[in-house]
Amino acid sequence: MNTRLVLALVVSGAVALTACGGGTTKDSAGDQTGGATNAAKGDPNAALKEGLKITFLPKQVNNPYFTVAQKGAEQAGTAIKAEVKPTGPSDAAASSQVTYINTAAQQKQDALVISANDANAVAPALKSARQQGLKVVTFDSDAAPDARDVFINQATSNEIAAGQVKLISEAVGGSGEIAILSATPNATNQNAWIEVMKTELAKPEYSGLELVETAYGNDDDQTSFQKTQGLLQAHPNLKGIISPTTVGVAAAARYLSSSEYKGKVQLTGLGTPNQMRKFVQDGTVKSFALWDPSKLGYLATYTAAALASGQITGAEGEKYKAGDLGDYTIGAKGEVVLGPPTVFTKDNIDQFDF
Amino acid sequence: MTAQLTPAVAPSRRTAARRLSTRVGRVRELGIVVALALVVIPTAIVNPRFIQPQSLRDLLLNASIVALLAVGQTLVVITRNVDLSVGSVLGLSAFLTAQHFADNPGTPLLLGIGFGIAVGLACGLLNGLLVALGNVPSLVVTLGTLYVFRGVDFALAQGKQVNAANLPDALLNLGSARVMGIPVLVLITLVVIVVAAVYLRSYRSGRELYAIGSNPEAATLAGIPVAKRMLTTFVLSGLVAGLAGALWVARYGTVDAAAGTGLELQVVAAVVVGGVAIFGGSGTVTGAALGALLLGTITSCLVVLQIPAFWQQAISGALLLSAITVDRLLALRLAKALRTSEGTSHA
Repeated sequence: MNTRLVLALVVSGAVALTACGGGTTKDSAGDQTGGATNAAKGDPNAALKEGLKITFLPKQVNNPYFTVAQKGAEQAGTAIKAEVKPTGPSDAAASSQVTYINTAAQQKQDALVISANDANAVAPALKSARQQGLKVVTFDSDAAPDARDVFINQATSNEIAAGQVKLISEAVGGSGEIAILSATPNATNQNAWIEVMKTELAKPEYSGLELVETAYGNDDDQTSFQKTQGLLQAHPNLKGIISPTTVGVAAAARYLSSSEYKGKVQLTGLGTPNQMRKFVQDGTVKSFALWDPSKLGYLATYTAAALASGQITGAEGEKYKAGDLGDYTIGAKGEVVLGPPTVFTKDNIDQFDF
Repeated sequence: MTAQLTPAVAPSRRTAARRLSTRVGRVRELGIVVALALVVIPTAIVNPRFIQPQSLRDLLLNASIVALLAVGQTLVVITRNVDLSVGSVLGLSAFLTAQHFADNPGTPLLLGIGFGIAVGLACGLLNGLLVALGNVPSLVVTLGTLYVFRGVDFALAQGKQVNAANLPDALLNLGSARVMGIPVLVLITLVVIVVAAVYLRSYRSGRELYAIGSNPEAATLAGIPVAKRMLTTFVLSGLVAGLAGALWVARYGTVDAAAGTGLELQVVAAVVVGGVAIFGGSGTVTGAALGALLLGTITSCLVVLQIPAFWQQAISGALLLSAITVDRLLALRLAKALRTSEGTSHA
């Protein structure tokens, strides 16, 4: 048996397999403790500099989620006359961004906008870049807090989870049994959201809703299908399902749309408009939510420009304006929250393409 | 196993042995049906909704894609080989089919599905050539192509996803359409099972697959074109996986490059549970398809019975192990019985 051949094939395949990422199941590192310490004070009245050189570094290139974020970053770049340069690795491995960070520092860029593949693997390179004068803004997925200036969080766990409960409550008319179809049983952010949903459901305004089961579809089409069927059979009175994961919500929608439960059991969750368009149009899903990745890229780029222009330093309480998106305030741990997720319905879904 | 049989064997002894082997074959299939009943009946007593038409349709639909792959896999396993690449072939075919439909909105349904089948066929041909002509063990070849095909899939997809809104309604309807209450996907699977079963049972080249699996050297000496037959089984397995990929699109509607990841293990499990000997030489496609149905039903009933998610995989695994144990015991008894019958005839 030619073991070398096996090794070569397996290794080449394994490399290809690691190329995945983006979406709703990765762990946002936004809850980490610590904070960027900045001695200098920002000047809120300083004008945004023109001709800033900003490197945009997503987790991986060719990932649809980050392609949309990049569009937003480029829009912001045009608006503030900055040069936004997108670059990045083709795989989302922990250490693959390091060389790109070093390159940005060597090219004497003014700022770096990055979604970290790994909170700690990129930290030494980011720290070294900051010592060389680069301002570092993380978005979507944070790096270690002492390695960046500001983190742009897409939405807080509270906003996401409370929004989901509100949507399902509206869809089922305020009362009835509901269930959750999650991703994997150990996904950090999913479990954080589920905990907040439980707290929300305990509130008086949701007293009519009863959470009967949490199922795990493992972000796999087939498993999510089966778990949806199982939920419907195990709970004859089930009125609604929340699936806060892009794979789960699409699978559940596809199953409901092709079964006799269509229209009888409501569904909401976190999904992309392109994925869910069909099911919103055919009436299976009334509404669902997700943040707009392009706004995330837009805000991150504006924040980077504000840092590089000396408007802000990343200290808590500093205020700045991010173009069309309006005013933002830096929160605890150097964190800025984009805002509540966008809710998509039949009326507005055609305005979005991602 | 049976290569020692000579014309000198007394006819009565030989028929006795053959009768035994047929009986064991039937016992295996019957065993799965009994196991199915043991799973379905208690679940239905606890939750009567489990046997409502919608639920029964779902059970059959859930099993149909794995059952299809299991049919192709059976052909390969009977010849003492294995095709681990089926999950990746399905994924590649599913993505390319979906993208083909999305890029060419006017594509006729059958042409698009034919495209998926062609993708699978090409993958199977590569596997077959490496195994049959390259003389590399199939485990090694298909473990390699498992990663290669998935890698190609990732490279072509570039993180893209094809959504239900981009697929023609004709294709999506195929995933949920019914004829006389039976889902079309299930009917397609049944047709493939019947064709493969008749081929294995009544055609010379089909019977030769069993001979190759029982004893490859003896098969070569008996003048069976072993390399050609092996090539054919891999091509057929790829072809079926390509078809399964196209049907996957029809069923799930949303396809990215990860479709069917890890499916090969479910398929091999279904084949083994279905009584196909993992070392070749015996087994039927009907058994393998029933194995797929049993495994799918077990998963569904664990969900319906609200067994905690954390336990479901462990229970599935335990049931798989017990099925393999029964299979091994039966195989040993059969081998012993055959040896005895040969021994006496030579005396």
